[in-house]
Amino acid sequence: MRNVGIIVRRELAGYFRTPSGYLIAAATLLVQGLMFNTRALGTGEKLSSQVLQDFLRDSSGTTTVAAVLLAMRLFAEERQAGTIVLLYTSPVREAQIVIGKFLSAFIVLSIITLLSLYLPALIFVNGKVSIGHIAGGYAGLLCVGAATLALGVLGSALARTQLVAGVIAAVLIFVLFLTWQLSRVVEPPFGTFIAHLSLYEKHFFPFMRGLIQLSDVVYYAGVVYLALLAATRVVQHQRWQ
Amino acid sequence: MIVVDQVSKYYGAHRAVTDLSFEIAAGECVGFLGLNGAGKSTTLRLLACLSLPTSGSIRIRGLDVVEHPHEIRKLIGYLPDTPPLYGEMTVDEYLTHAGALRGLSGADLDKRRTRVLDQCSLRDVAGAMISTLSHGYRQRVGIAQAIIHGPALVILDEPIQGLDPVQIVEMRKLIGELRGEHTILLSTHILTEIERTCDRILMMHHGRIAAVGTEQDLEARLRGAQKLELTVRGEASALRAALAAVSGASEVALSPEGESAAGLVRATVRIESADVAESISRAVVTAGLGLCALQPVRSGLESVFIELSGSAAPTSIPPAAPAAQVQA
Repeated sequence: MRNVGIIVRRELAGYFRTPSGYLIAAATLLVQGLMFNTRALGTGEKLSSQVLQDFLRDSSGTTTVAAVLLAMRLFAEERQAGTIVLLYTSPVREAQIVIGKFLSAFIVLSIITLLSLYLPALIFVNGKVSIGHIAGGYAGLLCVGAATLALGVLGSALARTQLVAGVIAAVLIFVLFLTWQLSRVVEPPFGTFIAHLSLYEKHFFPFMRGLIQLSDVVYYAGVVYLALLAATRVVQHQRWQ
Repeated sequence: MIVVDQVSKYYGAHRAVTDLSFEIAAGECVGFLGLNGAGKSTTLRLLACLSLPTSGSIRIRGLDVVEHPHEIRKLIGYLPDTPPLYGEMTVDEYLTHAGALRGLSGADLDKRRTRVLDQCSLRDVAGAMISTLSHGYRQRVGIAQAIIHGPALVILDEPIQGLDPVQIVEMRKLIGELRGEHTILLSTHILTEIERTCDRILMMHHGRIAAVGTEQDLEARLRGAQKLELTVRGEASALRAALAAVSGASEVALSPEGESAAGLVRATVRIESADVAESISRAVVTAGLGLCALQPVRSGLESVFIELSGSAAPTSIPPAAPAAQVQA
């Protein structure tokens, strides 16, 4: 754990001492604010809970984009700059490197996500939603964020440049996004199995309604675990290149 | 300390190094010399647990690098050809980070950081952002991170690359101070640097070891017989006649200019043993010539390097004059 902490501290410095962390936070919050006003609130009358659900659905998209942007630098930037050698020649396990980098990005993503809490709070001006609904929705955003971040870490571990890292992460996320559509054209039991892989419709929509289900949490935890495990294997391989 | 046995490394079909075998004792300062692409950096990366050997074995303090990389990394400090520096950190923060990664903490870390800041003359820039430092300071910070944990083995890949003459002198001094405290391996293609810094030279060419030994060993291996250079006041023909009569002296070569305006003649003579020098001086004086200078000709590491590396042309060797001038 000590080594993980050392890496987390260093990565947090990388986000907050350069413009990257602030730019990603500002862009995410700006887009979320615009989407809240234009799409969630809209022009017609809506139930408060529907406004919150629409906001959470849109926020799952902005959180995903922010996660990819935060993750793509983690390994690719260090490889481009040559600083990865410091980590690779230190007595630190590959899993510690991967977990440290993931956690640092997750902390930043969580801060960005929580900074948007003022938007659902605005619903209370002219409406009423339960705190539990908001809490459930934000738990879902953090789950989606963690899963997409882990896929981003894998993309960054695989790529030589940040651009390629972003493309790999986007493709992986898009594949999991499309599984819901795919499940509809595939006969059961394969169709049912494929539906369970869906990153958003199957597992995030319950969070949007304020429901925290163990199966959904386990799914996101599974995506995080498998993606980070794959990233660790990639780093083990690259460390000896 | 280090035992390398029949190590080869291939990148796909490309052979980077072949059948490397050498041993390095604790406390030695060994220089890896070779042209670009000779295999120096690959060898150092193999020793730094950054590259798997395709065949053969490498043992450091009895531990195999493939089987015990984690333990070996604790023993090693490595400076790659580009220092692994985070521009957004201060020197102090960076060294704290590097020390913590190598297992230091608390008072030990503070003590070691203070020590390396002094050793590498970085105290004045300890609070400066790394991105604002000059190339010379960055190189020092790179060395500081490599030694912060007091490793038994320090590996420096091209530590003087890109430095100006003043910085080269300072870097040489720093490496000199590290000798004895650590076993040091460094690579360079600058001949004068390796002559002045290292106990032993490992000359590489086309991925193989072309020669190993001290500078004197390598010169002796090349020259077979010794040469003397004479400067004499008198006629060239008289000098040639005098030298021809000396037993054990051969291949007399007068300087191309012949007799200079001041009446001085320069000649080079191959001698079979050091005793012949005495006979030569006596013959020159007996012939009525003025013996102004008599000195052995050192073939120099550059000549050895060119000879051992076969096809390498002298012009491909980087000039070492600036460093020598500053040193003087």
